[in-house]
Amino acid sequence: MKATVLVRPKPGILDPQGQAVESSLRELGFAVGDARVGRLVDLEVAASDPAEARAEVERMCDQLLANPLIETYEIELPA
Amino acid sequence: MTDQARPGVAVITFPGSNDDRDALLALELLGAAGVAVWHGDETLPDVAAVVLPGGFAHGDYLRCGAIARFSPAMKAVAEFAAEGGLVLGICNGFQILCEAGLLPGALRPNASLSFLCRDVVLRVGHTDTPFTARCKADQRLTIPIKHGEGCWFADPEQLADLEANRQIVLRYERNPNGAVGDVAGVCNERGNVMGLMPHPEHAVDPLLGSTDGALILGGLVEAARVAAPRLVPAGA
Repeated sequence: MKATVLVRPKPGILDPQGQAVESSLRELGFAVGDARVGRLVDLEVAASDPAEARAEVERMCDQLLANPLIETYEIELPA
Repeated sequence: MTDQARPGVAVITFPGSNDDRDALLALELLGAAGVAVWHGDETLPDVAAVVLPGGFAHGDYLRCGAIARFSPAMKAVAEFAAEGGLVLGICNGFQILCEAGLLPGALRPNASLSFLCRDVVLRVGHTDTPFTARCKADQRLTIPIKHGEGCWFADPEQLADLEANRQIVLRYERNPNGAVGDVAGVCNERGNVMGLMPHPEHAVDPLLGSTDGALILGGLVEAARVAAPRLVPAGA
């Protein structure tokens, strides 16, 4: 089963990459603000149903994919 | 070659470590018997202290230190630290110790997004740790940094707790990387585990411009000699 994990820098955490992207977009003429750059992880999970897959991916996030001190994560599974 | 007077200090090499040999050289220079340990080893040799060196362990993929913390040797390091063993993490080693939960906080990309490689001036916060016992309170140390992700972070509440617990050991005189509270080095609550972004092993010889790093590493060697009678036997 496919799963996608979105990892974001927590609100309030300095995100220099987001700032650099934002200023570059502004220089290109786009009116943008609050750009934040995170990470996306696509996975193929060995699980028979979405609930099982979600529980498994949550364990992955807690152990490795995200650092709860500085990041939040969101798990997307096929509907 | 080692002798009985030299306390054994392990330096762990991860795939991607690049300051392991410099750390071993500096420790030898300062009177320790450096013992190279591979990250895949599940046990530590009989040593009195452990150093996690700088570099880019496991490519620093995902987050610095995030993958290295699961190296087999890290389980042994965690047990060693829990028993009160002395552990020092330098740069990437600091990042690994934070990811492993052995030190507070996390390291993020420098505010400038630039890799910084230059001498910085540090201010010693506390001298009652084994790592700073040779320093004077408020002493200024000149030690080089070389990192892309040295921006230490803790939330305000955690930082206040760490300050109250006297765990902020080193601060930058002029913050190079955006670290919260100008923090350059922290220790755990017990004081036997410390991490710092600057590289003391690169400042132990006058040829390199500063010998202030010898105060930190020399303190570690001395503490290793005193605290743990486990010495590397001759010829080990």
